Order: sequence, then structure tokens, then C-alpha cells
Amino acid sequence: MLPKLQLVKRQTPSKAMLYLSPLLAIILTLIASILLFLIMGVSPLAALHAFFIEPISSIYGLSELGVKATPLVLIGVALSLGFRAGVWNIGAEGQLILGGIFGGATALFFYEKTGFYIIPLILIMGILGGMLWAAIVALLRTRFNANEILTSLMLSYVAALLLNYLVHGALRDPDGMNFPESRLFSDSALLPIILEDTRLHIGALIALLVVVLGWGLLSRTLLGYQIKVIGDAPAAGKHAGFSQSRIIWITLLMSGGIAGLAGAIEVTGPIGQLLPNISPGYGFTAIIVAYVGRLHPVGALLAGLLLALSYLGGETAQIELKLPVAVTGVFQGLLLFFLLASDVLIQYRLQSTPATPVVKPLPAAKEGGTS
Amino acid sequence: MEQNTYLLELKKMTKSFPGVLANDALDLKIKQGEIHALLGENGAGKSTLVKMIYGILKADSGEIYFNGKKVTINSPAYARKLGIAMVFQHFSLFDSLTVVENISLGMDHQSSLKQLAQQITEISRRYGLPLDPQRHVYTLSVGERQRIEIIRCLLQKPKLLIMDEPTSVLTPQEVEKLFVTLKRLAQEGLAILYISHKLDEIKALCHEATILRLGKRVARVCVDEESTSSLAAMMMGEELQAFQHPQKMNPGEVRLGVKNLYAKASDPLGISLKNINLQLRSGEVVGIAGVAGNGQDELLTVLNGENLSLEKGSIEIAGKSVTRLNPNQRRLLGMASVPEKRLGHGAMPDMDLSENAFLTAYERMKLVHKWFINYSKTKRFARSIIEDFGVKTPAIEVPAKSLSGGNLQKFIIGRELTQKPELLIVSQPTWGVDAGAAQTIREELRELAAKGAAVLVISQDLDELMQITDRIGAICGGVLSEFYPTAEMSIEKVGLLMAGVKLNEELQDAA
Repeated sequence: MLPKLQLVKRQTPSKAMLYLSPLLAIILTLIASILLFLIMGVSPLAALHAFFIEPISSIYGLSELGVKATPLVLIGVALSLGFRAGVWNIGAEGQLILGGIFGGATALFFYEKTGFYIIPLILIMGILGGMLWAAIVALLRTRFNANEILTSLMLSYVAALLLNYLVHGALRDPDGMNFPESRLFSDSALLPIILEDTRLHIGALIALLVVVLGWGLLSRTLLGYQIKVIGDAPAAGKHAGFSQSRIIWITLLMSGGIAGLAGAIEVTGPIGQLLPNISPGYGFTAIIVAYVGRLHPVGALLAGLLLALSYLGGETAQIELKLPVAVTGVFQGLLLFFLLASDVLIQYRLQSTPATPVVKPLPAAKEGGTS
Repeated sequence: MEQNTYLLELKKMTKSFPGVLANDALDLKIKQGEIHALLGENGAGKSTLVKMIYGILKADSGEIYFNGKKVTINSPAYARKLGIAMVFQHFSLFDSLTVVENISLGMDHQSSLKQLAQQITEISRRYGLPLDPQRHVYTLSVGERQRIEIIRCLLQKPKLLIMDEPTSVLTPQEVEKLFVTLKRLAQEGLAILYISHKLDEIKALCHEATILRLGKRVARVCVDEESTSSLAAMMMGEELQAFQHPQKMNPGEVRLGVKNLYAKASDPLGISLKNINLQLRSGEVVGIAGVAGNGQDELLTVLNGENLSLEKGSIEIAGKSVTRLNPNQRRLLGMASVPEKRLGHGAMPDMDLSENAFLTAYERMKLVHKWFINYSKTKRFARSIIEDFGVKTPAIEVPAKSLSGGNLQKFIIGRELTQKPELLIVSQPTWGVDAGAAQTIREELRELAAKGAAVLVISQDLDELMQITDRIGAICGGVLSEFYPTAEMSIEKVGLLMAGVKLNEELQDAA
């Protein structure tokens, strides 16, 4: 019989590697993409240039990077907070859509009206929308112990259908010849542009603010500490007197609220109206952002920029090299795959064991033990 | 041929782990029919050595001879084939299966359940290990569960039986029965490698002893020629100062009062607490003995506020009802507690020492200012724990899981004691801690009481309780016994309490 390969936990995983693993994953992703481009018969050099260099070789390109990165960074930070607490909210996409619906509906309510209060109100409504959607998940988790991975994911599809229903019905543009779209929002409901002749809007600054706040929360406050303790050792949290369900509620409301904010920013920023589809999967991509960013707000900022580039690069590659748009998804998938693989190999090492089956389970002599 | 006279002979066994040399060129020889003690403090390398004999770990270098032949044992299955069996400290049994089903699962060669049940009954009768093959494991006591493991081993007709600290989960009466069985087995020619750090057990049971210290073999002795204290000196490398028995204090005001408390277990296999009554006064150390899994965890979490779902009854700390207060609110009233499980309950494995210091101390030590953590103050607090309690660590920035069990325990106890609690509830304070550190911890608990605090010690270590407590009782099946002055109690009497026997009934029976 062949020797079996087995994962054995490393006693002291290298701390440096923990932070280098995203870089390693990026390098591996690049190598895999080069192979992929070769198979598709495209010059890897041209493809990489189109993918990574060209999109950011102009001011306009950089501003577009900011536009795409804004929702990714926002949600990446939001999810990092939850993931740190061991709350696996993977339905940020749905919370983003609800934020878009609430914010968009508010914008339509103030159609052709003016006032300084309109935009703040839209953003607050967006936050409330996202929170509402996340609150369902929190309720199901804390009351019925329903797994938040499933409920939050499933609610994403409900949210998408709800948006579809509304733009086909109640929120449809009355003068829009039955196209499933809302009216274009009035100027008073559109986010101010911060760089002339680009689409870069004030939402990018809000995202930076959220990075700083998230960082401060996690590293400086009692709440951030509680989040980390509940994520590392729930029983220790209980020992201290922290309530796990309170942390579940808080992290879900925070991440839902920020995802909702991102939704409201998207519809009042680059989109400017409600469409059946307001996000190219930002809520899901943000999961990769959070992980590549090592669940750290500043890491999420860097990772958000990288993943934003993958969206832009995908578009350029589609236009210039006639590559399918799925290249973006493939790139993102490869990146997450290599990151998880690197993380596993940092925590564990591969060992070949003799083929004889071990019948008796090993004793759990981990902590304290005897000798 | 000298080698032929030994059943098992180890030569220069060496094994290192990152950062430690766990076994340094160890030799060991066991004859047929010999009960051989492997003696050493926690961390001396006993488990590592037997794991190599049983094929769980692979030696870096060294030779193993079994029956005079050189062997390479690279799996437990091969060890069993040679005739080596092992009873682990932690049992691997399925609670919802019967005894015979459990044993059948661990057998290398399958036979029918009926046949197996017959064999089990036969062995259990022959060696005085009463056990009904058809009982479900969850209905059995820990002692009975251990019998399953022993019978499982004996069914393989081993030549060498390894037992890893088998008495840590038994009452004194059960220990006596086990020893009778082991001596009988040895008379029939079975060699037994008996791992322990309890000296009186080794005096009572073993013929020869190999003593380890810090991974090295310090001596091989004939047990009858040594005294308990000379064995202790070899084990620890220095004579331990005898524990000063506590000065009698007049108990002061009531610090903890529990009345008619009932609490249902949250876990279906957990233990429900029934009619708990308990009073702790300042200045006294009260002990609760008991075999593991009789409601100790449940009692601790109900008293410290982790579990607030009581059925009835009341808890008062310092005269105030705390029945509905969470752990932090109880801490503000002067309570501190140390749970049995260190990593994951008393400390967060992946967080660093200053973050771990903060966990239970931030209210009393005022480490939070308006939502924000005062990091410099927290670090100072963590450093003072490390200095005052002699915690060995390279820095405070290391994760808790990188500390050895004993050092982490010193850190956790230090964290609680530095807060100057008026009531300390501690479970298994010295479990898995080396003898020197254990002694320090015991002295600190006594000192805390001498300063006027009330201390409740829940422990499975009877010697420890006899040594440090003023009053002692036991918990059995979630029921708390009466409490008696420790000075008037013997180990045997506490053993009866641990088995759920009421002392005056016993006296009546005897009369």
C-alpha cells in the first residue's frame, strides 16, 4: 500500500508567514493565471499588462479603482469584525442590496426636491436596510441556533428577488417605457464627486473613515476585545461575563449596517438609479477581501484595492483581448484558493504515515497532560 | 545473553520536540511479572517515553528490544501485535454504546458480540473487575469505565501493560481494588509499566522504579529500599519543604452562601446539581473532593455566574443576592474564580498574555476608561503577575498557548490573586502543574485565606485537599455531602463521601 498523506498540526506556526501568506497567494495566483492564459492562447505578458497595469496607468483608471474599491473595502472591514467573533455572515450581498433598496427608495421619495439633509438621510436609510436584513440572521441564530452561514446566504437571494420585484413594480420609472429601472435620481440625491471629470465620489472617503473606525474599534476598545475573545475562545468569554449572543447581534448589525451603507453609496454614486442588478457580487468578493486582508481593517483596505483591480482588469482584458468576463471570477477564485491553501500549510504540515490503519484514537493529551 | 532476561529493554531513547529535549538517552528494563514504576514530575518526559513504546511517537534515536529481539514499533497496532497494551489516562469510549460494543470497536480482530461478551465476563470474574457487558457506558462511573479499558487490553493477552496515571480518576477505595487486580496480573507473569507521580502508590504497588527528571533518567531503584521522601528527592532534585499546616483562624463573616440550589445540566450528559447548601466564611479554605465528572464544572459555573439558569435556590456573595448577576458583577463584589480547563476557558489560547490578563481583571483593576482599553496599565498589570508569581515566559507578547501548563496556571492564579479577591472559587488548582509550582500555589491559597478571604477549592487531588483545607466535603452525582473539619477526617472517610455515602449511616452500619 502507498503511504497516506496526513495533515499534522505545527507546534509553532510561523508568525511572519501568517502575514506573508497573502503575498504568497498572490504570487501563486499570478503563476496559475499565466498558465491559464497560455492554455487559452493569449500572450501572458499582454494579458497581465491588460489585467494589472493598464487599468491603473491613468488618473481616470485610478479613480475607477477607487470607485470599485469603495464597496469592497467597506464590506471587507464589516465582515472582518464579524469573522473575528466567529460570526460567519456571508450574506453581505443581500445586506448591500437591502441598503440599496432603502437608500434608493429614499432618493426616489425626495425626487426633484433639494436639501442638504437628503444625502445623509439616504445613507442612514441604507444602513437601516442592511441592519434589518442582518437582524433576521441574528434573530434566527440567537433564538433558534440556526446556522448563520446558511440563513445569511439564502437571504441574499431573497434580497436580489425583492429588488427585482420592486424595479418591475412599485419603484419602476413611470416614464421608462416599462424597462425594469427606477427614475434617475435627482442631483440632490447623488453623492458629490471629489475628483473632477471622474466618478470618484465621497463614498471613498467614507470607506477610509470606516477603515480607521474599524481599526480603532478592534484594537482599542472593550467591544473590540470582546469580539476577539468570543472568536478565539467562547468559553473564556463566558468566564469573563461577555454575552455571546450580544456579540452576535452587535457584529451582525454592524456588518449588515456597513454593507447596507455600501449599497446606498453604490446606487447614489456610480449607478444613480435602481436597477435589477446593483452589484457585481461585491458582497461575496468582500469575503475574499476580508481574508486576504487577514481580518484586519487596514489589510481589508489593501486587499479591497487588489480585488477592485481584478474587476477593472477583467473588463480591460475583455475589451482588449476578447477574453471572457469570467476571467475576473477565475482570478478571484484562484486567489482565495491559494490563500486558504497557504494558510492550511502554515498551520499544518504534510506528513506521510505508514499505511497501517491506527485503530485506537489517540488520547487528547494536549493541554496540561501528564508528562 | 543478558538481554533475554528482560521482556522490554530500551537503550538510549532520545526524542526532541521544537525547543525541548523531551527524552535524553533514556534506558529502561522490565522483567516479566514486574510492576515497574515510571516516576517523574509533570514534564519529566514520562508520556513521551511510553508513547514511543506504544508506537504513537517515533524516537529520534535509540533501540527497543522486546523479548530480546530488536524491534521498530511504528504504530500502536504493531505494538499490540507484539503484546504491548496501554490504558490511557483519557478514555476513548462512546457513551451511548454498551460495554461490549465499545470493546468490539477497539479490537484488531473481530469476533461476534456474544462471544466477546462471554470473554468479558470471564476476565472480569477472574481478575475481580466486576463489569456487566450489556450496560451502556454513560451509566457507568469513571472507575467502571477504566475497567472497560483494562479488560479491553487484557483481551489482547498482552505481555506488557502500560498504565498512564490510572488512579487520578478513582476514589481511594477504587484505587485499592485496582491494586489488588494489578498485583494478581503481575503474579501471572504480566509486566506492568506504571506511570505516576504519586509516591505512596508506587511504594504500595511497584517493585522497581525508573525515575525521570527533565527528560533524563536520574535513577533506577528497587522501591522497597527507598523511602517516600528519598523517592521525592530524586524526582524533584531537591528536598521539598514540608507544607506548614495552616494556622487556625477564627472564621469571620459569611462570604458565600448557597441555599437549596438546584440547576439542571445544559448538556444531556452533564450532571444536574441537586439541593446544594454551602457556606463559606472569611479566613477559611473549604475543599470539595470528588471523582471527575460528578458536577464539579457545573458547580463552579453556577457559583461564578457563568451559568445563570438555576431552577431554584439562591446564591449570596458578601450578603448580597447574586442569583441573577453575571460573572463581572459578581467580581465587583469581590469574587474571583479559576476554572479547571486553562486553555479555552481560563485563557484564550491565541491571544497574548496582556490580553489574557485583562480578561477577568478589567473591572476590578480599572483597565478600561470610557470604552477604551488602557493598554499601558494592562501591560503593567500583566508584568506584575509574571514577576510576582514567577511565570516563565520570554515576553508578555506571546500567545497563552505557548506557555507550559504549569506556567499558564501560575499566570491565571496570579491574575486572580493580584485582584485581591475576598472570595476565590478555584477548580483543580494544581492539576498538571509540577510539584514545586503546585506547592507555591497551595501556599498562596492559604495565604489568601490568612488575609481574610474565603477560598473554595474543588479538586480531585485528595492529598492536596487534606493538606490545605479547614473543612472538607465531597460532591457525588451533583449532590454535595455534609462538610467536616479536615483535621477530623481521614482519606478513607473522604473516600466514602466521594462515593456518595453518608458518614453517620456508615457508622450505624458498622455498629
